[in-house]
Amino acid sequence: MTTFLGMPATAPRGVGHLRGDQTFPRAARDALQNSQLRRNLRHATTTIRGKSGRVIAELPDWQLLRDAGSGIKTDVMSRLPELLEQLEERVVAVGGVVHWAADANEANTIVTELVKATGSDRVIKVKSMATQEIGLNEALEAAGITPVETDLAELIVQLGDDKPSHILVPAIHRNRSEIREIFLRAMPGVDPALTDDPPVLAAAARRYLRETFLSTRVAVSGANFAIAETGTLGVVESEGNGRMCLTLPDTLITVMGIEKVLPSWRDLEVFLQLLPRASTGERMNPYTTMWTGVTPGDGPQNFHLVLLDNGRSAVLADTVGRSALHCIRCSACLNVCPVYERTGGHSYGSVYPGPIGAVLSPQLTGVADNASLPFASSLCGACFDACPVKIDIPSLLVHLRNQVPHAAVEKAAMAAAARIMDSPRWYASAQRAAKMARIAGRRGRGLPPPLSGWTAGRDLPEFPKQTFRDWWAQRTDAPAATRASGSSGGPSGSSGGAAAASGGPSAGSGDRSEAPDGTRSEREDGR
Amino acid sequence: MSSRDLILGRVRAALRDAPVVPEAPRDYRPAGTNRVDLEMLVDRLVDYKAEVYRVTSAEVAATVSGLVGAGGAVLVPPGLPEEWRPEGAFADENLPPDRIAAADAVLTAAAVAVAETGTIVLDASPDQGRRIITLLPDVHVIVLRPAQVVASVPDAIARLDPTRPLTWISGPSATSDIELNRVEGVHGPRHLHVLLLTD
Repeated sequence: MTTFLGMPATAPRGVGHLRGDQTFPRAARDALQNSQLRRNLRHATTTIRGKSGRVIAELPDWQLLRDAGSGIKTDVMSRLPELLEQLEERVVAVGGVVHWAADANEANTIVTELVKATGSDRVIKVKSMATQEIGLNEALEAAGITPVETDLAELIVQLGDDKPSHILVPAIHRNRSEIREIFLRAMPGVDPALTDDPPVLAAAARRYLRETFLSTRVAVSGANFAIAETGTLGVVESEGNGRMCLTLPDTLITVMGIEKVLPSWRDLEVFLQLLPRASTGERMNPYTTMWTGVTPGDGPQNFHLVLLDNGRSAVLADTVGRSALHCIRCSACLNVCPVYERTGGHSYGSVYPGPIGAVLSPQLTGVADNASLPFASSLCGACFDACPVKIDIPSLLVHLRNQVPHAAVEKAAMAAAARIMDSPRWYASAQRAAKMARIAGRRGRGLPPPLSGWTAGRDLPEFPKQTFRDWWAQRTDAPAATRASGSSGGPSGSSGGAAAASGGPSAGSGDRSEAPDGTRSEREDGR
Repeated sequence: MSSRDLILGRVRAALRDAPVVPEAPRDYRPAGTNRVDLEMLVDRLVDYKAEVYRVTSAEVAATVSGLVGAGGAVLVPPGLPEEWRPEGAFADENLPPDRIAAADAVLTAAAVAVAETGTIVLDASPDQGRRIITLLPDVHVIVLRPAQVVASVPDAIARLDPTRPLTWISGPSATSDIELNRVEGVHGPRHLHVLLLTD
């Protein structure tokens, strides 16, 4: 197949971290059995939700800021080409070099070559979603360059040979004793008497990284925003590792998704209010560094900006789905999501977990490659309420569910069901067959393949002992009743239906279906 | 075809529906709406574990000496007012990183402070110096004039010059990466002292 040049393209396979090894339901099943993980997640999400709610309540104009944020992002997407060209022009004018990377492979090659050109075999890294998305660390390692993650959580993940599980706090699935064990095992020169007290652990990371900060000549970062009007870039962080990476080295290489551009300097007054409060629940994050090109005598003297597509233009091509590009990576949607809270970030298989990941990852890769993610949601809408830029994630999930290619076996099953339900005779036979199946198979086992997928995540309700049709047929006065209900109306018919509904389950006593059904029959009795 | 042309071509193709977008609404509180509340600034700074002292210009040097201790090495940017410099202070004349890191404290001025968020912004002016000098010493002391305090983030954005390197500081370095316990001081200065001038 030939595609004409300039056709929006999804992120390539075989590089980066946008696709999981298994589907969401399969990965989630393992996560759900990990009670430690669920405890850690519940504590984390509950804590951040509380903090965030309190500082948001301090702002009388929070909803108006959300409207502004949403409006600015919609505007950015509508004039992305001109803003990117303006950003490039400004960055070059203030002493930077701009590179364009069509996908993860090209971005990795560009960064690797830039690092090689400096002669350094080590880079210090600021936590960045874009470089995780493209698998930059793996690419650098393959080229003999050591990437050192300097954010404490990223360091925990890197030393633990683990994967991040949250956008904001990537090691949130680990507790203090696990972190202590990782440090003792993998941190060179660590004090063997290390305790699991958080300040002690943080101090160990400080000691371990200090020399690396001071002796590494190249840093790689992401960017929270880039201002087209001025060429200013910004990184928002807490620990000061970002400032170290953005200030100390000679060369700074920033990898940024093309959707992160903002039109004007003034737009920051919106996003610097939205981001910290929605993200960490702080009025402002401890440190923000902004730089405009190269400043002689202060900070890196070589600055490279890599503008990354990697599927973003494909997202932009979907007139509904493009609003997923408004995301400012605050992770508020993760912290309010009942599904994320129970399954954790690893289940999503992508570096973008949670509700936003469930809409962003499938669009970046093409829906077929992440077909289970649009279903990894209860559609409760909490993510929409929490999003500081008002991305309607539930609507996007439904939109993407309609694009998921259905498996052949599912299509065949649905076609068969349609034919059976179309014919009263076949339908009656199918009901009798279902009864036989109940005798044949033990309850609670679910359905046999290929229908087992349906019952893997749901309880299979017990079939009533008697179908409505059987009950109707056995009534001695059935023909007369048919005529009676046809003329004199509902009461006799509906009370008969209720009797049948409550009669069936109560006969099947001694199993767990009794409770809900019992409740139902009580309610109907009391009516 | 260059990747630049490829990406811009893809983005233009993606926008073939030519969306017409109204100007973003900006009904939030703009710059100049709110009264500056110094008490709020102090409250927010303290909440973020910074220590705040209200002093006159004449008391700055002695206060800093008291904080650092006798014989403490205090680094200052070359443009810091002479009257603020404690005895024995040394100025940054392109010092190497190890000399900067060896200082017990760094003393600077500031560009802007935001009362509503407890944020102090440095813009690398001569009385604030290179970004590196406020990064490596473990103690950072900032002298703040009341006239530099603004009410909100929009006020700060309106006052700042984006072409300068900017460092926004809200409390000392902190992490919440271990079970979400806030721990002050990972990689940046672990102590932030703010001297709010009363004259």
